[in-house]
Amino acid sequence: MTVIAQVVHLVLIVALAPAITGLVRWVKARALGRAGPAPWQPYRDLRRLMLKTPIVAETSGPLYTAVPYLQLAAIWLAAAMVPAFTYDLPLAQAGDLIVLAGILGLSRFLLALAGLDAGTAFGGIGSSRELMIGALAEPAMLLVVFTVAVLVHTTSLPAISAHFIAQPVGLRVSLGMALVAIVIVAVAENGRIPIDNPATHLELTMVHEAMVLDYSGRHLAAIELASMLKLVVWLSLIQALFVPFGMAGAALTALALPIFVAKLAAGAVALALFEVGIAKMRVFRYPEFLGGAVVLGMLATIYLYVSHGF
Amino acid sequence: MADDLLTYLAPATIVTWHRPCTRFELDQPAWRLLVERMAEADWSLLGLWADVDWIHMALRDEVEGGVAVASVPVIDGRYPAVSPVRPGAIRLERVIRDLWGHEADGAVDTRPWLDHGRWPDRRPLSPHPVATPPDAPTAEAYAFLPATGDGLHQVPVGPIHAGIIEPGHFRFTANGETVVRLEARLGWLHKGIESLMQGLAPADAARLACRISGDSAVAHALAFARAAEAAADIRPPPRADWLRAVMAELERIANHLGDIGAICNDVAYAFMSAECGVLRERCLRAAAACFGHRLMFDRIVPGGVAGDIDADQVGVLRRLVHGIRPAFRKLIDVYDNQASLADRLVGTGTVRPELVHRFAAGGFVGRASLRAVDARKAAPYPPYDKLDWPIPLFGEGDVNARVWVRIREVEASLDLIDALLDGLPGGPIAVAMPARAGEGLALVEGFRGEIMTWVRLDAAGRVGRCHPRDPSWFQWPLLEAAIEGNIIADFPVCNKSFNCSYAGVDL
Repeated sequence: MTVIAQVVHLVLIVALAPAITGLVRWVKARALGRAGPAPWQPYRDLRRLMLKTPIVAETSGPLYTAVPYLQLAAIWLAAAMVPAFTYDLPLAQAGDLIVLAGILGLSRFLLALAGLDAGTAFGGIGSSRELMIGALAEPAMLLVVFTVAVLVHTTSLPAISAHFIAQPVGLRVSLGMALVAIVIVAVAENGRIPIDNPATHLELTMVHEAMVLDYSGRHLAAIELASMLKLVVWLSLIQALFVPFGMAGAALTALALPIFVAKLAAGAVALALFEVGIAKMRVFRYPEFLGGAVVLGMLATIYLYVSHGF
Repeated sequence: MADDLLTYLAPATIVTWHRPCTRFELDQPAWRLLVERMAEADWSLLGLWADVDWIHMALRDEVEGGVAVASVPVIDGRYPAVSPVRPGAIRLERVIRDLWGHEADGAVDTRPWLDHGRWPDRRPLSPHPVATPPDAPTAEAYAFLPATGDGLHQVPVGPIHAGIIEPGHFRFTANGETVVRLEARLGWLHKGIESLMQGLAPADAARLACRISGDSAVAHALAFARAAEAAADIRPPPRADWLRAVMAELERIANHLGDIGAICNDVAYAFMSAECGVLRERCLRAAAACFGHRLMFDRIVPGGVAGDIDADQVGVLRRLVHGIRPAFRKLIDVYDNQASLADRLVGTGTVRPELVHRFAAGGFVGRASLRAVDARKAAPYPPYDKLDWPIPLFGEGDVNARVWVRIREVEASLDLIDALLDGLPGGPIAVAMPARAGEGLALVEGFRGEIMTWVRLDAAGRVGRCHPRDPSWFQWPLLEAAIEGNIIADFPVCNKSFNCSYAGVDL
């Protein structure tokens, strides 16, 4: 039964990821008064990219063509580990939050290497910025993990979700701080405004897009799908840690799946509305923004040591 | 020492067929003295251009306000350089050498500018072009100015960009994110406007002038028309003057709205871009309804304007002005109160007032750094001599100041359109251009700043030589100064705040 749930989950998140990204774009366009492309436009884009012949820089090595698939595989694996409509997933039990952070770090490392591989200036700029963001975001994420771990005495994601569903811990200052911290990390990890602008055409301001500027065809399709999946990973993670209500356990419930999809959609709408209201920040402001996440995560952990009432 | 420009030039030979300002012909020793005198005098360079065997230079006395053209003969293919005292002349001298083969003695920079080694002929405008040798160095071999130091690396950008924008190559020397030096390499849009204009009737040449830089179609057409009219010694009817001004202000509003939105979009604040885009679109539709073309191409012709507007169309313009005003005010509030915008735009890309003065940069680049020169006021052409409006002036010289100049200019231009419609005189809209020889110079305020166009008509009334000098000539070099010490990621927004024309300087 759980294996079937895992297979359904693996297929579902890949099938759903383009629609979630499309929904963000569509809500953003609507909020700006534009008609905007339909939410299913990313499916057409992926199809178009799949049909195109990829062009590979002469100066690039074998790593360059392998990274899109390796990176997609890493993110897909990460996605499979995050409880979605059920926490009773075999892969979710295979690793914990720290492994998840490691896999996401691995995908970042791969992409940064690929950005450097062709030897172009933009790839270098993008990789250096991406690693700077990673160096700031990963500690913040670990601190959020520790906060939850102190509270629930485990870093296993299914166990955390099951614990929160079975014994609600109520409103807690520490969890509130951890939530803000993880949202900041998620914004940075997914290259959204104010850290990065996924819609920009200005190569000098890009982070993620600069790394992958030379990619085309099916390579680009794999990278695009990976970043769409990454958004789903983070939305799933936030809901699994902070709003796991409606999630099924070993026995599937009829409502579990629609509730999960609705939570993803709500996250996408919230992200779009947040992005409309703010400008991108200077590259040198990233440490302040992500430093805020680190401080919040640290405070949340310390509060829990001071008193379990927080 | 207290001589003003016109008194200083008075002993030289006066060319009687040059209008409306005076052209003086100097010999090379007198020209050398003039250049020496320029080192200490507050005379700003308006333009430097070549003819078959003459070099012309337009100057404005910033104290007295007088404008004059000084000319020097080219002897053995050489003339004394102006660039040692006026850095704005550096690229103009390089262009003169590329197009005509005239060498500037003592020039600061002798590298080619427009000629990337890909033309079939060298010095194509001179009477004796030579074929480019097959082994000539191409653009790739171009020697960028060196910047050396520990940890410096180069980032080449363009001429092909990730977005659909004009082509230009930018070579950054950076230390991590911090820009140490930027050098622009332009010329990819060279289309031979000056040579195409030669021999055309003014009406045909005006169509080319209109297409020098599409966003300044009205301003360039107006500058050309005024120069051609001055050369032929005629005046357009008053109604034509007023209609031209309506179009010029409409173009200014539309472009400033587009720029304000685009600057905010460059820091990922798409809301302003979407809202300003809506307002700009309203301007363009009103232009199409009143003048028959969204960008008002070919509406200004030498002798007048191509079409009149009736009472209904006046109503369209009035509704446009009254509709935009309140909507724009709300957008300014948003701009002013959005902290994340201020964080990016205040203090970014600062240009010092001394530098703006040295290059005589006009438009929002000048007015954001305390240089108030506006061609509509400096040498008022009709109908601006009968109108009054405030010239916005800011001292910070940063991106934010350049946005505020645009905001204030949109407001002033909205009021100007109202005033123009109130005072719109009746009568004919055009007069015929006579077949008469002469030379004319026109200074017109486009949305980027002061456009200078010089035209020589031959006895048949055809264009013998025309030189349109876009305001961007004196703004591009300042962009290189503005970005120094900023970070690479802030270049796009600095560039957008300048919004220099590529097509306008590549000619």
